[in-house]
Amino acid sequence: MSEMEKARAQTDFSDKPLCLSGRGVTKVFGFGDKKTVAVDHVDFDFHEGEFVSIVGESGSGKTTLSKMLLGLSNQTEGEILFQGKPRDIGTGRKKREYWKGIQAIFQDPFSSFNTFQKVDAVLLDCINMRGGKHLSKQEKTDMMTEACNFVNLKFAELTNKYPFELSGGQMQRLMIARIFLLKPKILLADEPTSMVDACSRATILDMLLNLRDETGMTVIFITHDIGLAYYISDTVYIMEHGKFVEFGKADEVILEPKAAYTKRLISDVPKIHEEWDLSTVDLKQDA
Amino acid sequence: MKNTLRQVFHSSKFVAGFVIFVAIILMMIIYPLFNPGNPLEQIGVGTFAKPGTYVSLYDAARTKTDTLRLPDAADNRIAAALTDEDRVAMVEWFTLMGADISDLDTADTDAMIELWHETYDPTARPKGMTNAKINYYKRLNNAIMDLGAADTITIAEYNDEGVLEESKTILDTDYVNTKNVANVKTLPLGTDNFGRDVLKELVSATGTSIRIGLIAGIVATVIGLTFGLLAGYVGGWLDDIIMFITNIFTVIPSFVLLILITYSLGQEQRGAAVVATVIGFTSWTWTARSVRSQVISLRNRDHVNLSKLSGHSLVRIVVMDILPYIASYVVMAFILQVSSGILAEAQLSLLGLGPKTTQVPTLGLMMNWAMLYSAHTNGSWWAYFPVILIITLISFSLNLMNTGLDQVFNPTLRD
Repeated sequence: MSEMEKARAQTDFSDKPLCLSGRGVTKVFGFGDKKTVAVDHVDFDFHEGEFVSIVGESGSGKTTLSKMLLGLSNQTEGEILFQGKPRDIGTGRKKREYWKGIQAIFQDPFSSFNTFQKVDAVLLDCINMRGGKHLSKQEKTDMMTEACNFVNLKFAELTNKYPFELSGGQMQRLMIARIFLLKPKILLADEPTSMVDACSRATILDMLLNLRDETGMTVIFITHDIGLAYYISDTVYIMEHGKFVEFGKADEVILEPKAAYTKRLISDVPKIHEEWDLSTVDLKQDA
Repeated sequence: MKNTLRQVFHSSKFVAGFVIFVAIILMMIIYPLFNPGNPLEQIGVGTFAKPGTYVSLYDAARTKTDTLRLPDAADNRIAAALTDEDRVAMVEWFTLMGADISDLDTADTDAMIELWHETYDPTARPKGMTNAKINYYKRLNNAIMDLGAADTITIAEYNDEGVLEESKTILDTDYVNTKNVANVKTLPLGTDNFGRDVLKELVSATGTSIRIGLIAGIVATVIGLTFGLLAGYVGGWLDDIIMFITNIFTVIPSFVLLILITYSLGQEQRGAAVVATVIGFTSWTWTARSVRSQVISLRNRDHVNLSKLSGHSLVRIVVMDILPYIASYVVMAFILQVSSGILAEAQLSLLGLGPKTTQVPTLGLMMNWAMLYSAHTNGSWWAYFPVILIITLISFSLNLMNTGLDQVFNPTLRD
């Protein structure tokens, strides 16, 4: 187990400035008899540069919470604070400003792209969004090439291609290249590895860690795989039925679980997982 | 895009529909080049001239003749003089006179005439027969007596002193070549009740009707698409309001609405374009509903969310990230709207609420005129049947194209 710890920064994040926090954040769908409380009064504090995992089963409210964090849907109750100040995304302009600070990678790379647009358009959008509209064509190409290099893709091979001409792993890496260009304060990764094969999964996780190390962004990693969360994150939030039942440093939560739900999640991890010798997996080489 | 087009043109249904439609369009473009002029020009006096070739008798009488001795000329002449109605009337007379008609063949002109000479009595007054009918038989008898009575027709003209002077004698063996006759007019579909060339009118009407269909289709699609996109993408109270309006339009039968609007516009205001717009205005609900449901399923897709996160405006997201995904659907809806627009115009015009009648012919107006002048009861099939055929063909070809597209864009329907 000790080898795995090298993947995690051994920093105490509690004294770093707050990046995103929530107080009593609640989301209710429907009303009356049909009322469903998807997220139920959750509090959280994500610090700068922290790698946070939110772990829970399907239907525990992870994705609903992520939509609220991204500002794609509004919370029914409670308050979300961005960099210590209450978040204000009332108007389109303010929303666009907010999205310069928070970006996302979604679960399904195949539906993350507009199939009618070439992949360069996605990267060009990012440059324009970062205020690079005035740059020359060469400078833009250089930036895109750099971003593609970061995720081990060759930009020359991608130009003039449509998303459906790429593999799932390539698409997901392109999504990371997009984040590399945007350099947001917070990256919300909603199960980014669940739709790609095991090999690409290690590559993608490695890239997320690199990205965090290089830019110091906060990564909120949403997953149902507690083993993965333990391997990769600094802090773990365990979510059950819309509530955080337990949270804390990854080591504390996973190695000394207190909540019954956490214990169950850990015991549900397939046996084969225990026999993996992760020390032999060299992520750099895989990439 | 290129790939999709290739797929579309590999669908046999689409290609069949497309070929029919293009043939109709080509006819619309090419025919007026050969037969130019106002399609509403009244060339005939009197109603419903039969289809056929019309030779000017005036010119034919002055054309150089050739002599042909054809063996069956006399028989043909007699046969043509007795129409089918005359033959039926003759058999009726024979029956009244108690003649034996058990082995009489009405097509055998010689036998008919022989029997007529035997049985006809100008003084006879069969019981219950009207004077008009008796006079008809007198005229028929005269005509039969004239047959073969004279071998020549003499043409006389007034000379300078105002005295009739024989100028020409026409023998029964004189023929003119139609190429030498100054005026020969072929009317493939005869004339209508106003004496207009039906084919010319039909070609022009097809063009107008397709244009009406296109305008109605564009109006309906634009309204339906805008409402559907807004309701589906923006959602919330805007969705509620738009769906409320849509439901109202859906609940009220659009044809009733169409009749009321066109009626209240009045005859003078109803040009073809106005009628087309009104049709479009009452038929957008289906497009709006289906576009809305498609957009709702699209608006929560990751690529739309990502586009939002990239800071794109509402208009750009709708146009770039949603519209392309429903474009095939919209094209199909548009084709159906064109087809139903043409049918709606035909229905309205048949009721007399179509475009005003003095400017352009439309398929519906032609049917309306044919109906008002009882073409369907007096056997003038050429005044309405070709119109029905064209409407059917247009609607059939458009629906065929639509089914073909549906099979390409909706793989579960592929056979």
